Amino acid sequence: MTAASTTKFDEMLNEDGSVRPAYADFCDWYDSQDKSWLKRQDAEAERFFRRIGITFNVYGEEAAEERLIPFDMIPRIITAREWRKLTRGIEQRVRALNAFLQDLYHRQEIIRSGRLPIHALRDNDAFLSQMIGFTPPGGVYTHIVGIDLVRTGPNDFMVLEDNARTPSGVSYMLENRETMMAMFPELFTKVPVRPVSDYPRRLARSLRACAPPACSGSKRPVVAVLTPGIYNSAYFEHAFLADQMGAELVEGSDLRIVDGRVAMRTTTGYKAIDVIYRRVDDDYLDPLSFNPNSVLGVAGIMDVYRAGGITIANAPGTGIADDKAIYSYMPEIVEFYTGEKPILNNVPTWRCSEPDALAYVLDNLADLVVKEVHGSGGYGMLIGPTSSKKELAAFEAKLRAKPDNYIAQPTLSLSTVPIFAKEGLAPRHVDLRPFVLVSPDGIDITPGGLTRVALKKGSLVVNSSQGGGTKDTWVLDE
Amino acid sequence: MLGRAANGVYWMNRYLERAENAARLIDVGFHLALTRGDKESADEEWKSVLTTTGQVDAYLELYSDFNGPQVFNYLLRDKDNPASVLRMVENARTNARVVRTSLTNSVWEATNEGWMILSEMLARPVRETNLGEVLTAIRRQGTLVRGAMEGTMLRNEVFNFARIGTFIERADNTARILDVKYYVLLPSAAWVGSSLDNVQWDTLLRSVAGNRAYSWLNAASMEPRGIARFLILDGQFPRSLVFCYEKIRSNMAGLAKEYGHEVSAHELLRDAGARLHQTSIEEIFEGGLHEFLQDFIGKTIEIGNAIAADYRFIE
Repeated sequence: MTAASTTKFDEMLNEDGSVRPAYADFCDWYDSQDKSWLKRQDAEAERFFRRIGITFNVYGEEAAEERLIPFDMIPRIITAREWRKLTRGIEQRVRALNAFLQDLYHRQEIIRSGRLPIHALRDNDAFLSQMIGFTPPGGVYTHIVGIDLVRTGPNDFMVLEDNARTPSGVSYMLENRETMMAMFPELFTKVPVRPVSDYPRRLARSLRACAPPACSGSKRPVVAVLTPGIYNSAYFEHAFLADQMGAELVEGSDLRIVDGRVAMRTTTGYKAIDVIYRRVDDDYLDPLSFNPNSVLGVAGIMDVYRAGGITIANAPGTGIADDKAIYSYMPEIVEFYTGEKPILNNVPTWRCSEPDALAYVLDNLADLVVKEVHGSGGYGMLIGPTSSKKELAAFEAKLRAKPDNYIAQPTLSLSTVPIFAKEGLAPRHVDLRPFVLVSPDGIDITPGGLTRVALKKGSLVVNSSQGGGTKDTWVLDE
Repeated sequence: MLGRAANGVYWMNRYLERAENAARLIDVGFHLALTRGDKESADEEWKSVLTTTGQVDAYLELYSDFNGPQVFNYLLRDKDNPASVLRMVENARTNARVVRTSLTNSVWEATNEGWMILSEMLARPVRETNLGEVLTAIRRQGTLVRGAMEGTMLRNEVFNFARIGTFIERADNTARILDVKYYVLLPSAAWVGSSLDNVQWDTLLRSVAGNRAYSWLNAASMEPRGIARFLILDGQFPRSLVFCYEKIRSNMAGLAKEYGHEVSAHELLRDAGARLHQTSIEEIFEGGLHEFLQDFIGKTIEIGNAIAADYRFIE
């Protein structure tokens, strides 16, 4: 691991400055382009995003402010061979995640076998007692999963995080491609890129395949997307997906329980929904079962759910599987449920709840990345190498006070891909989030994903809430 | 479609229509103020614009005189004015965002881009030198959104609710403008077709973009009953009361056809529409123009409320 931290891997260029095969066609095209024209296109892209309203709101800033996630027009390119291996690893991991959830909410074999300590579940808010003994329609817990991958070398992809609750960002995968195709149509005749545009259709099909028992007969299941509303940071994406799927975009205030079904208020009366793709957190889903003050959900939806009246995607309680405390056990989890060695490795992780690990972490704080177990979005984390003595000391105090709340990982040297900067192409660190759909018909991985890029030189933080940008992600055809 | 979405589409279009009508009133006020020689009568014209938009009381809580730039900045962009044009445009865009999935990309982009352009234009105080440009941009936004609707939207419930919003608002606006100025159309002892009268009639027609159309239909001969007939009963003029009601009727009929049944608003609309069609300008003047307009405005509100309730706009 320490060896990997010192070598830098650029996905476009070899160490001698020659172009890697994946980028050969692209670079031929790039070299033949007039750079001042590219600069104009770059500026045009921002106007394009603003006009179509691809914006997100940043928590903690003024509610009305809508920001753009910066888009970089140099694509991130993955070869067919690399993708094949990735998809096998992702599929294995997603199968394990669903088997794990099924087990946790039923017999808990993994705990009985001693592979997972009971304390990983106990006192964990993401584990929902309301789900114990219940199997969701079709046996699917995580209908939509985003697996965050980082790369440190030619063959070293690792899973940084599993997103099994409500992974976001898929609209950027789609709009980034749209933008690239609009700006550089001829580029796509020169490079064989696999399309991503049918993701919404695949999502709709996958959700419909998980219809609940109450949706009987030949009629096509009614799918709706539940959004917290226009002030949510991902509202654009909610509207975008509903629109592309031909599904209704509903808010809690549109819904109520009518005759044992979840129904939406239409202009001609209440109409039952079969599958709800909810983009509100578990806690806000049902004021009768969870947070009683929630106005974002539907009172009574959990009762309807348990009676087979609706499918909720993703299932409530899936958060336990992407919890950072559970993450460190994922290699054991994959092996336990699939009987295979994990194809994709975890990033080595120290659980600060364990005394030996804590001691190591405290000794090496300046070299490590420390994350809150339940945090997300890059908030509340420490990046040792870029922190001041004062910051390190402050964090050490937090760690000692509440070690259970943290995990630590080595500072990885994430791979780089160039961005189109003022001075020309400049390498920046990236990660990758492919999107995975799960239904009783199987696991479906769209060839592409969201590549997030740290725009600041040397920065390792790619989160959009912390100034990261995105790139179009190309998976090359065989 | 969702009741909340119908509500959003309806109000999005009402706000766009309202912003456009406000821009037109400001334009007319500006035009008149310029042609008046002295500041006093210019200020009087600006006061009249505030009266027509129903904002004179709120304005007087903040300001004590009717200086032109102060008035039009209040109407266009004052952040203490909840009914400013900027606020209307923001409201329209927020509603469009709420119902994003009911709109085509073209309609959404026209609405969003218009909002972007106008927010930027109205970020700084407007001066007399760029007022014309700002007002043109406001009218253009309405035109672009309507054009995008016409060209790209399915002729379904969404389209019908959008058009109903447009024409309820327009009927209301025309009736209010006419009601504020109705006295200029009344026969008076002093009336001899003076040039002052002509200016006032022209103003009235301009306020609803009807001056050219009226002149064209009437060979440029101005006459108060003719003007009133034109604004109330002309079936060809797209801002007349009869025209607006006819559009509301046809879009409501579209809803009845799509849903397979009528609602209480259809009945109300049929009664009000029949009365409007059967009446003559002579009868209107006999019963009192002001009374007629007050009654019309009340009926239109009633119909709007019935539509909102019948189609479950809110819980």
